[in-house]
Amino acid sequence: MACKCGDNGKSKELKEILTKYTNDKSNLIQILNEVQEKYGYIPEFAQKEISEYLNIPMAEIYGVITFYARFTLKPKGKYNVAVCLGTACFVKGSEKILERLKQKLGIDVGETTSDGKFSIEATRCIGACGLAPVFTVNGEVYGKATPELLDKVIDEYMKKED
Amino acid sequence: MKTLEEIRKIREEKRKELDLRVNLKANTREKHILVCHGTGCTSSKSPKIIEKFRKIIEEKNIQNVRVVQTGCFGLCAKGPIVIIRPEDTFYAMVKPEDCEEIINTHILEGKIVERLLCKDIDNSVVQRLDELNFYKKQKRIALKNCGIIDPENIDEYIAFDGYKALEKVLFEMTPDEVINEVTESGLRGRGGAGFPTGKKWYFTKIAEGDQKYVVCNADEGDPGAFMDRSILEGDPHCVIEAMMIAGYSIGANKGYIYVRAEYPIAVHRFQTAINQAKEYGILGKKIFGTDFDFDLEVRLGAGAFVCGEETALLESIEGRSGRPRIKPPFPANVGLWGKPTLINNVETYANITKIILNGAKWYSSIGTEKSKGTKVFALGGNVVNVGLVEVPMGTTLREIVFDIGGGIPDGHEFKAAQTGGPSGGCIPAEHLDTPIDYESLAQIGSMMGSRWINCNG
Ligand SMILES: Cc1cc2nc3c(=O)[nH]c(=O)nc-3n(C[C@H](O)[C@H](O)[C@H](O)COP(=O)(O)O)c2cc1C
Ligand code: FES
Ligand code: FES
Repeated sequence: MACKCGDNGKSKELKEILTKYTNDKSNLIQILNEVQEKYGYIPEFAQKEISEYLNIPMAEIYGVITFYARFTLKPKGKYNVAVCLGTACFVKGSEKILERLKQKLGIDVGETTSDGKFSIEATRCIGACGLAPVFTVNGEVYGKATPELLDKVIDEYMKKED
Repeated sequence: MKTLEEIRKIREEKRKELDLRVNLKANTREKHILVCHGTGCTSSKSPKIIEKFRKIIEEKNIQNVRVVQTGCFGLCAKGPIVIIRPEDTFYAMVKPEDCEEIINTHILEGKIVERLLCKDIDNSVVQRLDELNFYKKQKRIALKNCGIIDPENIDEYIAFDGYKALEKVLFEMTPDEVINEVTESGLRGRGGAGFPTGKKWYFTKIAEGDQKYVVCNADEGDPGAFMDRSILEGDPHCVIEAMMIAGYSIGANKGYIYVRAEYPIAVHRFQTAINQAKEYGILGKKIFGTDFDFDLEVRLGAGAFVCGEETALLESIEGRSGRPRIKPPFPANVGLWGKPTLINNVETYANITKIILNGAKWYSSIGTEKSKGTKVFALGGNVVNVGLVEVPMGTTLREIVFDIGGGIPDGHEFKAAQTGGPSGGCIPAEHLDTPIDYESLAQIGSMMGSRWINCNG
């Protein structure tokens, strides 16, 4: 069946993801993980197509998306900055890093700046506790972080865009 | 596809070739430069170090030197770490810019690069890994291969007795004998409340069902913990082999490992390991020419703490929101898609092959009366040697925090150690001499399932 959302390129990418999986319902979370990775969020057209493909009602898919912290309904920024709030990082002051980040970008956790450049995420332990506190920008890890290091890194990304 | 004969041959030949990894007296002109590719060191750019070494070696056309990526060495605080074998030289906090000097001075001139050696907790300069106090009280069973082999190379795993336990089980032991061995070893679950592993296997074996499943819990929900992650990253095949042994014992031919999507390196390594095992015919049908079939799939978690709980994890594997089911019935009777299912933690599985090869008696001689074997901890917070440690059960918190961990930085006083997330507790200084085992931890309000120790000073 052709997709009626009008965006054929995106729809083709989605088809490529779907063809990797059988239509077994248990593949839902695997598929959502790939879609999240690809688009930075779970677009509505994808929800519809997944719903048809796996024969799972939209409401149920919505329920699963909102249950898992990794899935988002809104696009993340071009640069997603994630601050680890796992305990090892927390004791070493990751909250201060997060506060500084919020101030600097003027947005809260889970939000994206209006120009779409940055978004903030608070994560569970990412397993780099030896370097606590840590934050990541699009998966690149910055360890032994301080508010000053954060400033420096974010400033660099701000410049990159221009 | 490889026949059993071919796999045995790989084991024999590769073992000789890799002898210098474990034998410091190896008589060879070869050198292996081991670079930690665990999460900690990777975050501090160890992949660039590997690249750099390889480039220099190629440019200078140096023979007899191999650069190997390995799993976590444990002393993550000193990362990125580079170890050169057979002499076992331990270089800490190495930067890509240091590679040239290591090659020129160490490899070509045969001299130690003094400035990259690390200081031990007593301020002495240490040359070799085995001289470090950090390692002296440790005993590596679950982490045996971690930091020694290249986790993305199945031949290196096979070289160090890999898939030998599977062979032994398939050809020399009945399922009941395997379960007995695991029961007698005294091994208890490392992920939850310490349920005896052999008993769990037995219950799943006798449960009625036409189809059964083996599941590995690698959700590692506790913040600050990265033991399971390190095992998957450093030695993925040992978990695959153990899950196969479990499958043979309980009568299951399908397994799932549930890994957090936030662990991309672990997911990649494990998937690579599965692919290689399939290529060799170790996973698949008629394994080693027997009637045993086994297939294994990775399922990703998506960031929900509660999915570490086993029934929520099953819901999630089935593709739904991970909400815990009501127990009983237990997964051993009604698990994945309603079928009998065995669920164990990564570290629990990581002990199995060693128990099969060395025997229950050997395993149960380690540890305390009711807690056998070793325990892996992630040591974090305000402690000098942040990292990954494996110690015999019964080791005291004082030994872990001070002898291994090097105490609190800047000579501060130890106040308390938190263990675990929501399921853990806080251990004050007065309990420093409590031997760590399931019972004593429970008594002082903590538990083993929460496996990280976070120091406050
Ligand atoms: C809230 C909650 C979180 C849990 N998180 C984990 C976890 O992250 N990893 C794990 O192996 N077990 C976890 N468990 C324990 C599992 O339910 C289960 O007991 C365990 O995987 C069994 O394996 P074992 O017998 O090898 O320990 C958790 C339990 C609860 C109640
Ligand atoms: S707690 Fe932050 S990386 Fe582990
Ligand atoms: S990650 Fe390199 S030593 Fe732990």
